[in-house]
Amino acid sequence: MTAVGTGSGTGTYVPKPGAAPLPRMIAAQAALETKMLLRNGEQLLLTVVIPTLLLVLFSSVDIVDTGSGEAVDFLAPGILALAVMSTAFTGQAIATGFERRYGVLKRLASSPLPRWGLMTAKTVSVLVTEVLQIALLTGIAFALGWSPHGNPLAVLLLLLLGTAAFSGLGLLMAGTLKAEATLAAANLVFLLLLVGGGVIVPLDKFPSGAQDVLGLLPVSALSDGLRDVLQHGAGTPWGDLGILAVWAVVGLAAAGRWFRWE
Amino acid sequence: MRTEPVLQVQALVKRYGGKTAVDGLDLVARAGVTAVLGPNGAGKTTTVETCEGYRKPDSGTVRVLGLDPVRQSGELRPRIGVMLQSGGVYSGARADEMLRHVARLHAHPLDVDALIERLGLDSCGRTTYRRLSGGQQQRLALAMAVVGRPELVFLDEPTAGLDPQARRATWDLIRDLRSDGVSVILTTHYMDEAEQLADDVAIIDAGRVIAQGSPEELCRGGAENTLRFTGRPGLDVGSLLKALPADCTAAELTPGSYRVVGKVDPQLLATVTSWCAQHGVMPDRISVERHTLEDVFLELTGKELRA
Ligand SMILES: Nc1ncnc2c1ncn2[C@@H]1O[C@H](COP(=O)(O)OP(=O)(O)O)[C@@H](O)[C@H]1O
Ligand SMILES: [Mg+2]
Repeated sequence: MTAVGTGSGTGTYVPKPGAAPLPRMIAAQAALETKMLLRNGEQLLLTVVIPTLLLVLFSSVDIVDTGSGEAVDFLAPGILALAVMSTAFTGQAIATGFERRYGVLKRLASSPLPRWGLMTAKTVSVLVTEVLQIALLTGIAFALGWSPHGNPLAVLLLLLLGTAAFSGLGLLMAGTLKAEATLAAANLVFLLLLVGGGVIVPLDKFPSGAQDVLGLLPVSALSDGLRDVLQHGAGTPWGDLGILAVWAVVGLAAAGRWFRWE
Repeated sequence: MRTEPVLQVQALVKRYGGKTAVDGLDLVARAGVTAVLGPNGAGKTTTVETCEGYRKPDSGTVRVLGLDPVRQSGELRPRIGVMLQSGGVYSGARADEMLRHVARLHAHPLDVDALIERLGLDSCGRTTYRRLSGGQQQRLALAMAVVGRPELVFLDEPTAGLDPQARRATWDLIRDLRSDGVSVILTTHYMDEAEQLADDVAIIDAGRVIAQGSPEELCRGGAENTLRFTGRPGLDVGSLLKALPADCTAAELTPGSYRVVGKVDPQLLATVTSWCAQHGVMPDRISVERHTLEDVFLELTGKELRA
């Protein structure tokens, strides 16, 4: 054998190590994650098709009694809450669960991208997806005659805190359960919260004891808060923001504590 | 030539629950190619993954390029390349997409297109990872390990399950890495791979290094040689043994496959063939072999490497 590092090779592989600048790594990671999500049919069903269908169907057909006023004014805020849940919780949990299972998280953990950089990229990817969802859904809602009110900043705050709360819970699930269990549980939770979280069925249709408990769910707080502002033009819904903040802190802390990368 | 170690492992112990996977392992690797050779379950992956910073040692110390892989991981990660034993790619990603992504995480990556061509990854086309063949998945993982132009690459069983052509392509790449001054730590349970590629081989079994040295040094250890032949199954090995000099051993390894170990010289060869003639046996594929790493392993552990 020839001596090591004599340059008798082509010189192509001569070491020149170095990490890319952090913003570039995070942007690249966020772009890839978003691409993977938009390419995945099941994810699109969850994040785009189902919210769109529910919005169109329940606005045009009088199946659920949504109270006085236009159905779309009641439904649109709930559907926006559902969209946030579908991406930040269900979609993120399932995708991250399988990334963990297939060693993607593990492989990236030995790349120059730091772990917090990967998590930041995931958050950026979730936010980008939500912006696309919200643009689509508000467009459809306007076409259906939606007339929103209220302070856009309060809406933004609700959406961000809701995203934080759902992300914490989604990552907690993805980082502790098996990928198959996450898949099943995340879909089941999505379905249960869709029905029992004030998204399309008003909470006052439930028995009063159940209402109090259901009102504490993150999706109920988000849809209720959005409805207060967008449908009724209320000021900042501190109660709902408080509930979301508690979920966010508890969820993210638990995920930080128990998340396993392998 | 650099002589300071690229890797220093001292008295490493790693347990999973009650099971000890690595049991006081010492290993020093210098520039060049170091093969960690051992059977399945020997603790190769656990050792390598501890060096990559994935696991904290239960006791002992690990230094990679002089750094602590857990506490100084931020400094170390850009300087190493990692090929996991399996997986590591988004199931919905295409090969070129994933490789370009890993390249973007580095400051001075290799030319991705050239690497794709060199490893035949252009044959993957637009197929997503989960639908690639095992060999394509392996080559993609190898490309991901080298694309960042690291000083040191860890390859965990890089040719397991590859066809001979893909295996040769991988070997060629490892040789080029070496001559360009990239250090390589590779695990394998193929002794020919270790013999062909490595400057230095560490044989490990049950979580310990049981021998280390260049392939030549390790094989020189025993002065004995091996004579192999195939014939009818069930020959009377006892009678063969009586015909041979006293310090020889003879055994039927698998039905119809015989091995004589001892000082193999023309006299011994004549003895074996005339014994065969007396017993009406046509000794097919008769061959004389020098001591191999597999023999070394067998002698050290009493076990076959690929048990
Ligand atoms: N995550 C794990 N949990 C429990 N036991 C493990 C785990 N990984 C490896 N082991 C056990 O540790 C031993 C060494 O495994 P490993 O390092 O993978 O060996 P090798 O790579 O040489 O096949 C084996 O007995 C294996 O079953
Ligand atoms: Mg292994």
